[in-house]
Amino acid sequence: MPVERGDSPFVGKLKSAADLEKLKLTILSERDPGKPCITVCMGTGCHAYENEKVFAALEKEIESRGLSKKVELRGTGCHGFCEQGPIVVVFPEEIFYCRVKPEDAAEILSSTISENKVIERLLFKDPLTGRKFTHESEIPFYRYQKRVVFGRNKSIDPKNIDDYIAEGGYQTLAKALVSLTPEEVIREIKRANLRGRGGGGFPAGEKWETTRRAPGEKKYVIVNADEGDPGAYMDRSLLEGNPHLVLEGLILGAYAIGADEGFVYVRQEYPLAVENITLAVKKAEEYGLLGENILGTDFCFKVKIRRGAGAFVSGESSALMSSLEGKVGEPRPKHINTAISGLWGKPSNLNNVETWANVPLIIDRGWEWYSGIGTENNTGTKIFSLVGKVNNTGLIEVPLGTSLRTIIYQIGGGIPGGKKFKAVQTGGPSGGCIPEKFLDMPVDFDSLGELGSMMGSGGMIVMDENSCMVDVARYFMSFLKSESCGKCTSCREGTGLMYDILDRITAGRGSKEDLERLEELAWTTGNTSMCALGKTAANPVLSTLKYFRQEYLAHILDKKCPAGVCKALIRYTIDPEKCTACGRCIRLCPQQAIRGEKDKPAVIDSDRCVRCGICLEACRFEAVLVE
Amino acid sequence: METREIDKIIARYNADPQEIMAMFMEIQDKEGYLPKSALSYLADKLHLRLAQLYRLATFYEAFNLKPQGDHQIHVCMGTACHVRGAPQVLDKLQQTLGIIAGEVSSDGSFGLKTVNCLGACALGPVVVIDGEYCGHSSPLKMEKILKKYKKHT
Repeated sequence: MPVERGDSPFVGKLKSAADLEKLKLTILSERDPGKPCITVCMGTGCHAYENEKVFAALEKEIESRGLSKKVELRGTGCHGFCEQGPIVVVFPEEIFYCRVKPEDAAEILSSTISENKVIERLLFKDPLTGRKFTHESEIPFYRYQKRVVFGRNKSIDPKNIDDYIAEGGYQTLAKALVSLTPEEVIREIKRANLRGRGGGGFPAGEKWETTRRAPGEKKYVIVNADEGDPGAYMDRSLLEGNPHLVLEGLILGAYAIGADEGFVYVRQEYPLAVENITLAVKKAEEYGLLGENILGTDFCFKVKIRRGAGAFVSGESSALMSSLEGKVGEPRPKHINTAISGLWGKPSNLNNVETWANVPLIIDRGWEWYSGIGTENNTGTKIFSLVGKVNNTGLIEVPLGTSLRTIIYQIGGGIPGGKKFKAVQTGGPSGGCIPEKFLDMPVDFDSLGELGSMMGSGGMIVMDENSCMVDVARYFMSFLKSESCGKCTSCREGTGLMYDILDRITAGRGSKEDLERLEELAWTTGNTSMCALGKTAANPVLSTLKYFRQEYLAHILDKKCPAGVCKALIRYTIDPEKCTACGRCIRLCPQQAIRGEKDKPAVIDSDRCVRCGICLEACRFEAVLVE
Repeated sequence: METREIDKIIARYNADPQEIMAMFMEIQDKEGYLPKSALSYLADKLHLRLAQLYRLATFYEAFNLKPQGDHQIHVCMGTACHVRGAPQVLDKLQQTLGIIAGEVSSDGSFGLKTVNCLGACALGPVVVIDGEYCGHSSPLKMEKILKKYKKHT
């Protein structure tokens, strides 16, 4: 069972907005803002770097020094800078330490806490300039961001509802229940022009209104946390890092739409997100923020958590609703919108995690403030997962309309190893690859669509000169082929046939006619499939064909893979000038494909070589070449 | 799995067929897979057809219909890991273990699976063995790690 950290000064249900305000003041009065607080990022990204051991080591040090009353230790949500995990921030000075190890705990206590000294070794060092930074806000990765949705992750313990309340959490809900009608809430969302962050970019306010006006008493609201795009994990980090923000958005939505029941559909592959949102719902119920007569009003609303079992297509709204009903998560035709007839045939409004998380901010600060961020038809911020061949891997939040160049070079710190940028892939398997010439394009729903890609849920995968675009197209098609539910023939067969052709090309057996066949199949699959999976399945193929046709032709005509990726078209050799005859590759080659004599450069037998890459990795003198 | 235990799981979800996936997950947490006997019993108790249960169990990636190896190896095949060399890592594992992804080694010691994305992209390519993350993995690293696990077995 989930365990809650921190002591609550409060037991029982809140009966009014005044009760909530009183609770907030009580929590704040018991907290000393000047008291040192060491926070450790407890997100899944940092978990992979063993953040728990760091947390335990700090806990032990605090205890052994008898500082339990004087120093607070808090596990927080994801800071986004996954490249530098585990991340530890010492408040109130906000000293930002990265790549912290359990062994560093003693020094953090003895130097930073006791003597107010900054530990140079743990500061972030900019790989480009060598400059060190003491505070998070100064680091280029953060400086160019606008973290309005994500911002509170760094200071809140997601397992402690009081942290959220202390920062003004649920105040917006209280305000809305007392002073706004449901219609007024919808109007605010519509004016803010909040567009769905899950991929389609459909205006959330319109969808809410349709659901509200749909006939029937019983209505549902749903959080889609079935984040399935490979390389995208923004929703997980929000749900893990600040579950009450998502929940407050959902409750506001339920009030506006007139729903009395909601679901959070979250991937079971996200255990921490499941744990934190489950605990958040339980605590909100205990506090009277969910359940009967919320905050003493007539409004009643309950939330259930359901775990998805890993089917990409189940992230589609009608498929997700099928899955919630305990059925196979396949899409159905949407001639009747799910807003009219969704879950168990009732009007149902589904939005993704990030969309819901934006709602309390809009209602709190007003649509004018919100539409001041971003561009005219693309308001607000968007969270992206910036990954792949980029220096600063992590989750970033920027105003819509920020250029790809700012994101990749200023925030992302450019391409590692001095390699050349080749493309950035957005929109997951439904998106496309954008080449260098469009780096100054603003990133928003409309511009990305014009380039043959799409916003998707916010995955942004950077590729360099060593990424083969035909291989990338083949990769996505392999993904879509196995994730297609098979209901529509064109999607089931189309993705399979496109995969076969791409596989043939990467194996060096492609012909020029294959490119025409690909285009034809792409057209058919896109135009005759029912759901978005099939409709957009061709994007990775079409965008690479459009912008990287030369690379396809190199595979077909020259039988070469310019990026050095496709095994059938590459050859490993050893540069005799660089080889020192150390014999390391000879010993490690699992195929015994490398021969060499004492003091003579080694030679690779191409017939025996399986191109596993071990010699390339093993060589300390960069003598192994890929041709 | 004893029928008594399955009864407990069913009771926990009020025998509600809408909660079938949650029941599957609980059975799998205990057994590592969904045994046929457990599915048949569940079908009987919930008045569902066995074929319906199999349809669900095979549709969703998360469910296994066969026993899993002693050590579970998950190779992340997300896009970020792919462009950083996940296919070479997978090839190496398949070659060394003599199985393809989705299978269990003949001595039952290793089960190899691919996953769509683990969301630990900063560590890519990522391989998770028995819940432990091996970041920035490579064919050479895999060889060393497998040796370590083989010693333990």
